[in-house]
Amino acid sequence: MAAEGGKIDPMHQFLVEPIFGKGWEIAGHSIAFTNSALWMVITLAALWLFMLGGMKRELVPGRWQAAVEGFTGFISNMMHTNIGPKGKAFVPYVFSLFMFILIANLMGMMPVGILSPVHPGFHAFTVTSHLTVTGVLAILSFSIVLIVGFWRHGFHFFSLFVPHGTPVYMIPLIFLIELFSFLIRPFSLGLRLFVAMTAGHILMKVLAGFVINGANAGLGIAAIVSIPSFVLMVGITLLELLVCAIQAYVFALLTSLYLNDAINLH
Amino acid sequence: MDAEAAKLVGAGLAAIGVGLAALGVGNVFGSFLDSALRNPAAADGQQGRLFIGFAAAELLGLLAFVVAMILLFVA
Repeated sequence: MAAEGGKIDPMHQFLVEPIFGKGWEIAGHSIAFTNSALWMVITLAALWLFMLGGMKRELVPGRWQAAVEGFTGFISNMMHTNIGPKGKAFVPYVFSLFMFILIANLMGMMPVGILSPVHPGFHAFTVTSHLTVTGVLAILSFSIVLIVGFWRHGFHFFSLFVPHGTPVYMIPLIFLIELFSFLIRPFSLGLRLFVAMTAGHILMKVLAGFVINGANAGLGIAAIVSIPSFVLMVGITLLELLVCAIQAYVFALLTSLYLNDAINLH
Repeated sequence: MDAEAAKLVGAGLAAIGVGLAALGVGNVFGSFLDSALRNPAAADGQQGRLFIGFAAAELLGLLAFVVAMILLFVA
């Protein structure tokens, strides 16, 4: 997307704008329906349809049911491997988390911008490319870890920060270091997903800018600049689709590991 | 050097850190492949740890990208 004479503007795609006007308020706080909220609703609808289509109970599953069972089995296996039998209670939460992040990431990759002539400025918005959204998901996971940890173990939960067999004189220092690395977990969870999505989308916008600016600059430059950039865009898009899936998996995997820390205390 | 130029130079230097992220991630996957080819039967069981290592290396490298973005668009 070019701004003022050929300059590429990669950040406009992350702008959160209200769709139905800014006037909606409750007690002085704005509750305007934004494009971010719209794409979260789209993610919810897509996920709901996907699960509805697959929640039949045929003994020999059709393709849709097999796909849904593939996802549920994948998460169920992961929880069982990382936590053990006590992890079964948390499978619904981790499954919802994984599927929401996966589908939100993928919705941001949809080539909806093709419909721009119909509705000017219409583009796919990646919900998880904002630290506010990924931060809330990370805080949710971390809060569940803390609540489960303190509910099950009470103050014995703090034994998590003193590994078995540390010499007595090292315990204060080790406790502080372990506490710090524990407290940084929600930040790292949220930041990882946010930066991965943002970096990927900025890269694709910059490459797309190269393609357009090269094509506008004449046939010779178009051949040298636009065509390799376009080929690179195809490759990077494939990589970004893989990164969408990997980042969703990593978020769910780390959540299950943190839950294992809280439930089993090593 | 005025502040705007210094910010742009700083953002460019932060991009070197992202290259170091590539080295780190390549190290993780390279080690995994090395050992997986020595013991293919045990490789599938360790896939979870592969992705944990990848996520950790990638995050620390992406922090350099975050610094670049802060320099360009926030400060």
